Amino acid sequence: MINLKAIYVIVLREFKRFFRQRGRLMGTIARPLLWLLIIGSGLSNLVGEEGGLSYRQFMIPGIIGMTILFSSVFSTISVVWDREFGFLREMLVAPISRLTIVLGKLISGTLLSAFQGFILFLLVPLFGFSLDPVEVIQMVLLLILVSLSITSLGLLIASFLNSLEGFNVIMNFMVLPMFFLSGALYPVKALPLFFQYITWINPLSYGVDSFKHVMIGSSGDFGPDFPLAVDLLFLVVFSAVMVLSTSLSFERRQ
Amino acid sequence: MIKVEGLTKVYGPITAIKGIDLDVEEGEFFGFLGPNGAGKTTTINILCTLLKPTSGRAMVNGFDCYTQPHRVRSSIGLVFQEYTLDNDLTAYENLIFHCYLYNMSRRDAERRIGEILEVVDLWDRRDSLVKHFSGGMKRRLEIARGLLHRPKVLFLDEPTLGLDPQTRLNIWDFIERLRRMEGITIFLTTHYLDEAEGCDRVAIIDRGEIIALGSPEDLKKGLEGDTVYLRTSNDREAKRIIEERFGIEVGTIDGGLVFQVRGGERFVPKLFNGFPIEIVSVNIKRPSLNDVFISLTGREIRES
Repeated sequence: MINLKAIYVIVLREFKRFFRQRGRLMGTIARPLLWLLIIGSGLSNLVGEEGGLSYRQFMIPGIIGMTILFSSVFSTISVVWDREFGFLREMLVAPISRLTIVLGKLISGTLLSAFQGFILFLLVPLFGFSLDPVEVIQMVLLLILVSLSITSLGLLIASFLNSLEGFNVIMNFMVLPMFFLSGALYPVKALPLFFQYITWINPLSYGVDSFKHVMIGSSGDFGPDFPLAVDLLFLVVFSAVMVLSTSLSFERRQ
Repeated sequence: MIKVEGLTKVYGPITAIKGIDLDVEEGEFFGFLGPNGAGKTTTINILCTLLKPTSGRAMVNGFDCYTQPHRVRSSIGLVFQEYTLDNDLTAYENLIFHCYLYNMSRRDAERRIGEILEVVDLWDRRDSLVKHFSGGMKRRLEIARGLLHRPKVLFLDEPTLGLDPQTRLNIWDFIERLRRMEGITIFLTTHYLDEAEGCDRVAIIDRGEIIALGSPEDLKKGLEGDTVYLRTSNDREAKRIIEERFGIEVGTIDGGLVFQVRGGERFVPKLFNGFPIEIVSVNIKRPSLNDVFISLTGREIRES
């Protein structure tokens, strides 16, 4: 049912493409740094410190979440891309199951996003955080889990779409609201109740929140909004549901 | 090797193929001809398990295309109309990707890739990115790729579409060479009729139905000798006179007349002798598959 060699080669292909398209790695590093250096500096002067943290430091878990959001979405575009440029047919007529293709795309998208999030995480000492080995390990595991949840959501959407245009429209209507309603730029509890409801169904909220548990930890205004157990539970269940729906959607459609 | 019985595909109000039957022998070079939209691609998509038939049955290599898709997929190689290579990978990487999808061992894959790249003359370019390849090179690479996993049947769906005549000839050279080397069954769809002349047998499909089946020679035998194309200053009058004088049925085709006659080159002087209408041009052609198509449907294959 699942062909490991095929999964391996699908993942390998995505990694080769990632490193061959130089702009992608640059974008990964440049976009979040712009947010932190420019927006972070400006707002830090307005907002002031809270429990020993500057606003810019508060933003860092959110900006890592943003990096994962963008890179996961970009990875899942590859499904639509492959469909539009015909390469998907090469995979669809191979003697492998649809689930194998979905898993290949899921694993490659997850690892690539987690990798990009990790590169950014390695830069946090520049902004006054210290890194200890336990934190690094916790973060790596969380980065993978959060990447998995967002990539699986992106794959589900991509499985319904035929054109890059359609994908762009949907993503523009989803990606930015997901980012703004995730607690990345302000604590969830600072939002009006209606918007808070939306953050509760947004996987990125729980992802960013879990990063806050590791990096900020304290329970002040800048601290996490949900218990860590809730974050983990939501992310695991959400990913499982998405992966299952994506496989079904692929099986049915092609 | 390929067996199709009463195959039908309905898309909403449109019936793309209407209960077709086909039987392709092992090792045969089979041509599937017809104008665009006749149902060629629909048939191929069913045969290669990408599409579910509405009714009827399709078997490849003894496996049912709908109920045993994996078995069928292992038995076939495909070259699609559109390019399906990854431009950001090298030629070699595209091929190794394919081998692993078909569960070949690394050693077998490497040996096979070397062997086939030599035949299609791309061994020297194996480490170049495919995006730098010309259309003809990409096609050759795709044909090579379709054969890597040693399929029983190779499907070529309009393999030379959009290529210049020189490159088309060149591609056919390679296909011929690979065919001799592998002894494989080939199922070709095309609307370039000259390419189908070399097939062992052809089926002509029009509007979802097979309207002729046989070797190119047999199909052409059914025609009344040569085809004469005639342009005159008054086609309507000329048509009437020829029909009256020689008792032949004359058709009209994009601004001219067309009819079939035995021994065309001896017939034309007889026709010109005392013909009351000015003749602008005349063209005699030995029967081709295109004429078969015209005589069956009254249309040219390329324009319909």
